Amino acid sequence: MKGFVMKSPHRFFARLSNLAAGRRADQRLREEMEEHLAQQTADNLRAGMSTAEARREAVLKFGAFQAIREEYHDELSLPFIETLLQDLRYALRQLAAAPGFASIAILTIALGIGATTAIYSVVDATLLHPLPYPEPEQLVRIQEDFPGVGAHDVRLSVPEWKDFQSSGIFQYVAPERSGSVNVTGSSQPARIQFKSVAPNYFTLLGVKAELGRVFHPDDPTPGFNLEAVISDGLWKRAFGADPHILGRTLRLDSDVYFVVGVMPPDFHDQGRTTEIRNTEIWAACGFSSPLLPPRTRSSRALRTAIARLKPGVTLEAAQSRLDALVASLQKQFPADYPPESAWRVHLVPLGETVVGKVRQPLLLMLGAVGLVLLIGCVNVANLLLARATARGREMAVRQALGAPRLQLIRQLLTESVLLSMLGGMAGLAILFFTRKLLLEIIPATLPRLHEISINWTVLLFALGVSVLAGALFGLAPALQAARIDPIHVLRQEGRGSKGSRGQTLTLSALVVTEFALSLVLLIAAGLLLRSFWDLYNVRLGFDPENVMAMSLWLPAPNDPATDIYGPPDQEARLIREILRRGRSLPGVTEIAVGTQESIPLNHDKNLVSFVLEESSTRSDLPHQVQWANVTPEYFHLLGMPLLRGRLFTEFDVENAPRAAVVNEAFARTWWPNEDPLGKRVKLSQLGRADTSWTTVVGVVTDARTETLEDTDSPQIYLSSWQRTDKNLAIFLRGRLDPAALPEQARNMVQSLNPELPVFGAKRLPDVVSGSLAQRRFSMEMVLLFGLTALLLAGIGVYGTISYIVSGRTRDIGIRIALGAQRKTILHMVLSQGLTLALAGAAVGLVGALIVSHLMAGLLYGVSPSDPLTFISLTVVLVIVALAACYIPARRAMRVDPTVALREA
Amino acid sequence: MPEKSDVLQGTLALMVLKTLDLLGPLHGYGIARRIEQISGDLLAVNQGTLYPLLLKLEHEGAIASDWGASENNRRARFYRLTRAGRKQLQTETRDWEQTAAIIARFFDVKGQDLS
Repeated sequence: MKGFVMKSPHRFFARLSNLAAGRRADQRLREEMEEHLAQQTADNLRAGMSTAEARREAVLKFGAFQAIREEYHDELSLPFIETLLQDLRYALRQLAAAPGFASIAILTIALGIGATTAIYSVVDATLLHPLPYPEPEQLVRIQEDFPGVGAHDVRLSVPEWKDFQSSGIFQYVAPERSGSVNVTGSSQPARIQFKSVAPNYFTLLGVKAELGRVFHPDDPTPGFNLEAVISDGLWKRAFGADPHILGRTLRLDSDVYFVVGVMPPDFHDQGRTTEIRNTEIWAACGFSSPLLPPRTRSSRALRTAIARLKPGVTLEAAQSRLDALVASLQKQFPADYPPESAWRVHLVPLGETVVGKVRQPLLLMLGAVGLVLLIGCVNVANLLLARATARGREMAVRQALGAPRLQLIRQLLTESVLLSMLGGMAGLAILFFTRKLLLEIIPATLPRLHEISINWTVLLFALGVSVLAGALFGLAPALQAARIDPIHVLRQEGRGSKGSRGQTLTLSALVVTEFALSLVLLIAAGLLLRSFWDLYNVRLGFDPENVMAMSLWLPAPNDPATDIYGPPDQEARLIREILRRGRSLPGVTEIAVGTQESIPLNHDKNLVSFVLEESSTRSDLPHQVQWANVTPEYFHLLGMPLLRGRLFTEFDVENAPRAAVVNEAFARTWWPNEDPLGKRVKLSQLGRADTSWTTVVGVVTDARTETLEDTDSPQIYLSSWQRTDKNLAIFLRGRLDPAALPEQARNMVQSLNPELPVFGAKRLPDVVSGSLAQRRFSMEMVLLFGLTALLLAGIGVYGTISYIVSGRTRDIGIRIALGAQRKTILHMVLSQGLTLALAGAAVGLVGALIVSHLMAGLLYGVSPSDPLTFISLTVVLVIVALAACYIPARRAMRVDPTVALREA
Repeated sequence: MPEKSDVLQGTLALMVLKTLDLLGPLHGYGIARRIEQISGDLLAVNQGTLYPLLLKLEHEGAIASDWGASENNRRARFYRLTRAGRKQLQTETRDWEQTAAIIARFFDVKGQDLS
């Protein structure tokens, strides 16, 4: 039969509202019953019964009042919630009765959950959320490789772009080039991060302008269409949020652009570096203007390109169609794509470009903090277990009085989950109030930093972790307590021995777990620390001390004819003048000029293609090498000694044969066992092949100017007197005043031309340590977590051994009374702790080996199974364990047998 | 008791709705007496079980209640059928009649009818 349950939602809410309103009194029932009985009694009287009989009959007919009342009451509210509230009230009273225990437990959990949630909020923003553009799964970056000649992530050519665009795989393909421009017109020429993009760039990303419009995606202008879109930040900063900004002109370098749009405040560009992601001006470019490099396949002028897949095309399908396209292009243009070069085009999810580098360190941190939380849970479980013993009598009595075991377990679990929720709330509160501070600890280079927030997902995560943690650390003690045999406990009460064998075993297992987990963390931290230390102390190959570098940008008008620094001798004249005047700046003893790429550890990849003169099988393929233009002073200033040959001289000028200085790695790679001096290469920059040969005139030592990790990346230096470049860097060495020098240097340069911006002054030692910032951050975090874990494990073993010792006081007393040496007692207790520590270490070592191999990519110069780290940290762990055991062991040793036996 | 009350509760609820449908607003005692008169001993004992049921029906929205004055001028709670309750009664009546008919036919069938 269907019954009347179909209206249950209505019923549920009615009951819930009763519950909320606290309508628990059964006054209505009582009143109705009274009325019912009165009427029945009256009827009975009318039927001829005596007064007493009538009343009695009425009551009998009504039925058992208690049972009816219970049924009524159950209907009135929700029994499940009712019980829960009752359990909660009881749990709160229990916690309030043990404030010391409660505060320690809550604090442990608060720190664990607070830290875990903090790291999670970073992971949530960077790794879990898709990029903040519509249909982000369709967005890819196009990456070209020539693995056959060891060239990876090379530029694209314009014909390739057109091929991809018309392949039918993508909705849009947009090349982009990042750089910076001089924005003039304000009081001080400003240097702004700039991107030239295909006109379809914003349409591809799926973003609209907040004010005005973005570029028209089908704009056919071959070169720059002189339209500019600016960021919300620039609009507010440089234009005072002028509502009439649209149509205003903006001088970028020496060209005039019209502002057509302002992006919304929450728009952040995509890209591999923080600078690119902070782009503030975009200009549309067709990349096909006659003023730009020629449009051949071998002229790879487009630094990088992003694309949006057609709807419904998966990444795999797109990649396989692209592979087919690549294969057919290889057949069609064998000269441009010789088979030995093994040309490949990869589609990389755009999100990977942005956060790919931080994925591993972030996951490592999340894992580390999760382990700390787990260890915290184990500690609280230990505390609860010890308390459960103290409450053994309570449990036994309640059980003897008929409380079902399930109810006891439920009660204890409610208590632990409550504890954990309180801890979680406290943790969230701590996180909330320290969030500004915490955000400052994170290196500014972390992608999507501005997206980190304490949002619903994060709160939900904290809630879930709290409940899980509570259940986790509450389960063992709850089961333990429910297993109590009431008769046994009640009979034993008052005797010395507390705690069953099972309890000791559970405690020991928990401590072993703790040790294992902390050892894993410690070893991970140790390996990271060693990697960091090795990198920190690596032989740089150059001397950054007392050196400052600053950037200088020469305007690059779209029409070369108007470029006053276009002819090499004009640029050379400016550089010579800077070198001459710069030497007289206060404190300066040496000065050099180079291109932006000559600043160690602080530049984009800047590859130049070249072919070797001597014929070998691969010589006609373009090779690629990192390149920079410098003045000859550069090498001495940075302490990079010349090994052979000579540096650039006053004679390496525009019309003289081109000279190059290479590093050892370059010579070793291309002319092993040969004299590199006098060898010739032909270079092509941005696809403009040099017609003349460049001769190697000198070899300098290798230096870690690319990355600290890389020992031998080939490098070629060209003479600033022979090749021009707009991105310049000025190097100064001496007893410099880092506060005053940038201003002095700017004045010096602007005395030559007031429109030249000098910016980005930095001390080279800062650059070196800055390149370690992210590594330092993850190392410090994991180290912090590791030390916390060690501390928690120490406290855990201390608590456990103390507990075991106190349970055995009588036993120890008897032993001493029977003549046992106090030293023997000490050894006995210590060996107990040692056993636990060693068991934990054994498990931990296995875990650490697995973890360290998983994080091998984050290590430098140290093997993932480095014996020194593994052994020394195991020893540290054992020492901490013994130290933690020593206090209870001393207590055991000092047991007074008379007292111990009398008390028992 | 619980085994019995599954069917009993269902039939009792149906009886309550039918009673209110026929007689209009009634207080608890009135409903109980009416059911007792018609069904005989179903409510001869445990009349009190009616009250939790009335509360449940009210929670479900099938009936509504208000305080009023009884015949002997005492405060009593009067129950009346709601529009939803009337609809429910119709459905339940139909269902019940169908079920009853099927069960009746089932009991009528004799051994030889099946062979």
